[in-house]
Amino acid sequence: MLKNYSFEKTAVQTFDEHTTLAMKTENMQVFYGSNHAMHDASLAFPKNQITALIGASGSGKSTYLRSLNRMNDTIATVTGKIWYHGVDINQPNVNIYEIRRHIGMVFQRPNPFAKSIRENIIYALRATGVKNKKVLDERVEQSLQGAALWDEVKDSLDKSALALSGGQQQRLCIARSLAMSPDVLLLDEPCSALDPISTVKVEETLLELQKKYTIIIVTHNMQQAARISSQCAFFHLGHVMEYSPTTTMFSTPQIQVTQDYVSGSFG
Amino acid sequence: MEQTNSSFKQEKTQTKDWAYTLHHATRATHEDWLGRSISYTCIGIIILVVASMLWFITSKGIATFTQNHVNVWQFLSGTNWAPDQGKIGALPMIVGSFAVTFAAALVATPFAIGTAIFMTEIAPKRGRKFLQPVIELLVGIPSVVYGFIGLAVVVPFMRHLVGGSGFGIISATFVLFVMVLPTITTMTVDSLRAVPRFYKEASLALGATRWQTVSRVILRAATPGILTAIIFGMARAFGEALAVQMVIGNAAIMPKNLVSPAATLTSQLTTGIGDTIDGTLPNNALWSLALILLLMSLFFNALVRVIAKRGQLSHER
Amino acid sequence: MNAKRKDLLATIIIDVIVATVVGILAFLLAYILISGLPHVSWLFLTGSADSFSGAGGIGIQLFNSFYLLILTMLISIPISLGAGIYLAEYAKDNWRTRLIRSAIEVLSSLPSVVVGLFGFLLFVVKFKIGFSVISGAIALTFFNLPLLTRNIEESLSAVSRSQREAGLSLGLSKWKTEIGIILPVALPGIVTGIVLSAGRVFGEAAVLIYTAGQSAPVTNFSDWNPMDAASPLNPFRPAETLAVHIWKVNTEGLATNAAQLSAAASAVLIIAVLLFNLFARVLGNYLYRRVTASK
Repeated sequence: MLKNYSFEKTAVQTFDEHTTLAMKTENMQVFYGSNHAMHDASLAFPKNQITALIGASGSGKSTYLRSLNRMNDTIATVTGKIWYHGVDINQPNVNIYEIRRHIGMVFQRPNPFAKSIRENIIYALRATGVKNKKVLDERVEQSLQGAALWDEVKDSLDKSALALSGGQQQRLCIARSLAMSPDVLLLDEPCSALDPISTVKVEETLLELQKKYTIIIVTHNMQQAARISSQCAFFHLGHVMEYSPTTTMFSTPQIQVTQDYVSGSFG
Repeated sequence: MEQTNSSFKQEKTQTKDWAYTLHHATRATHEDWLGRSISYTCIGIIILVVASMLWFITSKGIATFTQNHVNVWQFLSGTNWAPDQGKIGALPMIVGSFAVTFAAALVATPFAIGTAIFMTEIAPKRGRKFLQPVIELLVGIPSVVYGFIGLAVVVPFMRHLVGGSGFGIISATFVLFVMVLPTITTMTVDSLRAVPRFYKEASLALGATRWQTVSRVILRAATPGILTAIIFGMARAFGEALAVQMVIGNAAIMPKNLVSPAATLTSQLTTGIGDTIDGTLPNNALWSLALILLLMSLFFNALVRVIAKRGQLSHER
Repeated sequence: MNAKRKDLLATIIIDVIVATVVGILAFLLAYILISGLPHVSWLFLTGSADSFSGAGGIGIQLFNSFYLLILTMLISIPISLGAGIYLAEYAKDNWRTRLIRSAIEVLSSLPSVVVGLFGFLLFVVKFKIGFSVISGAIALTFFNLPLLTRNIEESLSAVSRSQREAGLSLGLSKWKTEIGIILPVALPGIVTGIVLSAGRVFGEAAVLIYTAGQSAPVTNFSDWNPMDAASPLNPFRPAETLAVHIWKVNTEGLATNAAQLSAAASAVLIIAVLLFNLFARVLGNYLYRRVTASK
């Protein structure tokens, strides 16, 4: 039985000026038509850390994530501010293509292009004007190594990406994002379609990647959040209820609803 | 490696001005503008074609009434078609067109429904593997070939059977029957396949025979789709020109029976438009026939929409 | 009569109906191929027609059919591609889009003779281009556009949304995503649609009799300069196609052996359409396997 929790009492942490932030949102609201899907989300994301967004399905965590790089533009109305390097990127005059190059995204289901592994990585890069074959080749290797896929595919770069296993495909999607040299990486339940072994590989990759990138990951797997994230935000029915360091979130949750969720009462 | 590292760094330093980076137009912005222009232009061309087609044919078609001051009612009900003498009663062609259309649909419908039931309910495997290509092939045969076979086989056959020339409504009906059969069949198959499986399973589970299930459950559920199929078939029959023109005999007189030469709107247009001079009454009169064709085509179109709406409503209920 | 008997009776009736339909097709094919094929020879396929004696071949008509087909496809594929992309990607769900869709539907349901007459009015009467290859090709384009557009839109829309998201999330423009990512995946369906529509265009006559005309002036097949009046490539010469030829031979009744000539020409036409059908299947399957990388 789902209790009616008050949305009045929330516990959202803020950061002092010594923490470098990669991006933050102020009072972000999302509407799908008349459906108010996200209420007043104000979160800040420290640079070079993994932040996990957790919550039950329908809690608005994916909606929030997809709004961060304006992937919700065509299907939803997003209000509020999204600060990125001092620019509010939730403005119509912002170049959304440039935003998405800097804030990459990996989706729930692996969605490699129906092209070769190499093409998957360099296609978008070439579209931005990079033509030099040497540069492209190097970028292929760097990105695949970044996503811990290089050793598995270095001899079959010209094979179709669709022939890879699910876990490999997902790491290819990560590599594909890395190739654009983003500084923020958004991941929308990247392991939900993967088997446990592939999941471990992706998690290891992410832990390695946080040295160079800021990672925001949506997951409904609390163990995963506990294993890899430094900060953790808990979403409930379109509200951010709690945002704390991960250790705090799972040991001493600040409010009742978080306590109930992390202890497995619902979700 | 050294080199790329430095170029990498350079790229990073260049992107220091974030306000500029995130606002300035990039290649992608231009591409999107270009793509938008291209696809809007293409759709614009199609809209322009449709609009000018409707406009030109309508304005040409009403010239008979506005310039030559022919009474619309006399045009529609007159039975004497002799444009050279200023007599333009279009009823023979209108009757001819409707006669062949209804007759062809009437004959084709049971065949189409029977074939569709066979393909979906009786032998779905053979249906897909064998009958589907047969039907697709029938669709693919050009109409002049149908006309030629009608001329070479059906007309002589009718001549032997009932005497006379063999040209006439019945020959046209026969040719059109074969032509609309695949149209009606494929669409009926689609609508039968769209009937939810559990309808059928529920009926069979209640002990109904296959035929009871088909006739009382499946055909009933698919009725809007089948009606749409028949209307599409009729639209095709109504608009078919050459195959009909080759076998109907092209006599612009009221058809007295089914085996004497007659004419349809399309056959009269095909035969006549090249022999008349632009702007004269005989020419305008033909454009009026074309206008009727256009209006009928719009009517069939509207009818399909109405049925689709109704069908949706009954499913929602 | 009880239900079991009714069931049996219905099954028998349906079997008879199916047998009739199959019989009709078998008869049609057999009739055309048996009465036509014996008269198909190399000379027939390449020679020029003489409608008075009824002798001669269909060389020019065959060439015209292919020439018109290629021109039509060259014009209609880019336009329907753009329009298909518009409908699949840019069109919002509003009254304007519904109006556009209705317009395309109206165009596709118009009788081909009406399309032909419109072409006649526009090119021959108003622009005074006369019966010509170019008039015919544009009229055929009008005839071809709605079906091709719908086919392309459907093929594009059938590609998973996650592919679009993948492209957009990398900072690719909508257009680049559609052209570079979605289109290759949709290609098998699009190519099949194009080849099938080519078969339809190849056999179409009603659109052409008053646009491309009903005469095939003797052309000089050694002159390939499109600007020359006698060149087969000259887009401003009249061009009777094979389908129109069959119609004309049968309605004018000048040829003494009209039946034989038409049977042979019909056989060629049918074989061409069959080949288009077969080609569409094979090519579609081949591309599908390439795109999905399945063996």
